[in-house]
Amino acid sequence: MAAEGSSSIDALGQFQLHSALGPIGASVNFSQANLMMVVAGALLLGLLWAGMRPRAMVPGRLQAAAELCYETVMSMCVEQIGHEGKKFFPIVFTLFFFILFGNLLGVFPYFFTFTSHIAVTLAMSLFVFILVTFVAIKEHGLHFFSYFVPKGIPMVLTPLLVLIEVISYLSRIISLSVRLFANMMAGHVMLEVFGSFVVMLGLAGGIFLIPAGLSLSVNIILIGFELLVATLQAYVFAILTCIYLHDAVHLH
Amino acid sequence: MAEKPSGDDASFEARLQAARGRQGLDTPPKRPGDPGGDGASTEGSALGIGLRVGVEMVSALVVAVAIGYGLDWLFGTKPVLTAVFVLVGGAAGVLNVWRTFAPKPDRIGPDRDRPDRDRQKR
Repeated sequence: MAAEGSSSIDALGQFQLHSALGPIGASVNFSQANLMMVVAGALLLGLLWAGMRPRAMVPGRLQAAAELCYETVMSMCVEQIGHEGKKFFPIVFTLFFFILFGNLLGVFPYFFTFTSHIAVTLAMSLFVFILVTFVAIKEHGLHFFSYFVPKGIPMVLTPLLVLIEVISYLSRIISLSVRLFANMMAGHVMLEVFGSFVVMLGLAGGIFLIPAGLSLSVNIILIGFELLVATLQAYVFAILTCIYLHDAVHLH
Repeated sequence: MAEKPSGDDASFEARLQAARGRQGLDTPPKRPGDPGGDGASTEGSALGIGLRVGVEMVSALVVAVAIGYGLDWLFGTKPVLTAVFVLVGGAAGVLNVWRTFAPKPDRIGPDRDRPDRDRQKR
């Protein structure tokens, strides 16, 4: 696609932070990412509060949605972690729906995707990592460190394999955060690039309107794909948290 | 993300696959073994697997290099430990990938037949 290309495409400019809420926000460095986090949290609380207010025996639409949210995450916890999973339901629920709302809000025009920042996803994955390690030590005490010693290996190889296991354990922080961040950022960069193609080729007019239309149709497909990725990545983050918690509770 | 993971005995991978298939459909998600859905999800899941393998391997390498570089800085043995930890990190990456795709033992919780499951069918 040979764009009319004197003006370059600024694909990453959309991830820049600006202060939101006017001078008050500027003075406390309240960025639009923070604003979207508040919006996501408020939407989630609003859904649960408004949905569960009727407390009807036969739920209406909103109450059914709220109950379905609850039951989805509850069954995820119990299936992945076991009985003990019920203890961790609140944190998994919060993580899952916070990420899901963040991802989905990002698909709207002019909205900001806070999960496309590694700072945000790394903070969440660090939190999960520390929580998992804390739970494991609380449940098993010093026995937790046997997690790093694989069973049935020659004594000579033990130091090397323990080192590898520890690195593998630590790499969860990176893989958990980078997976979410990379997926969200890549999607939005693609949207921006094809959106720029539409504008540039459309302005050129004439024969260029054909590739412009093609780019527009690609963008429409990409929006659908973004919805898939947004949901899937929230699910993956939550279920990996559950699997890590399972390992922490049961070790091996 | 309204559906619960189906197939109690399936491993995480299988359920992730199923979720991909379900999410890939824009028409009724209730049909279980929809061939169209499976066909449509193949490409997406291949891309997903590629991404996951890449992330798993690179993340282990990043952690290992960071540790090696830090230890080098600590002990003043500049390139030695970094070089060693690159190898160890590569091994840890392969271990991560093996963990992800190895056939797993049943990790389902004990109370898979909870009675309140049936409330879903309302």
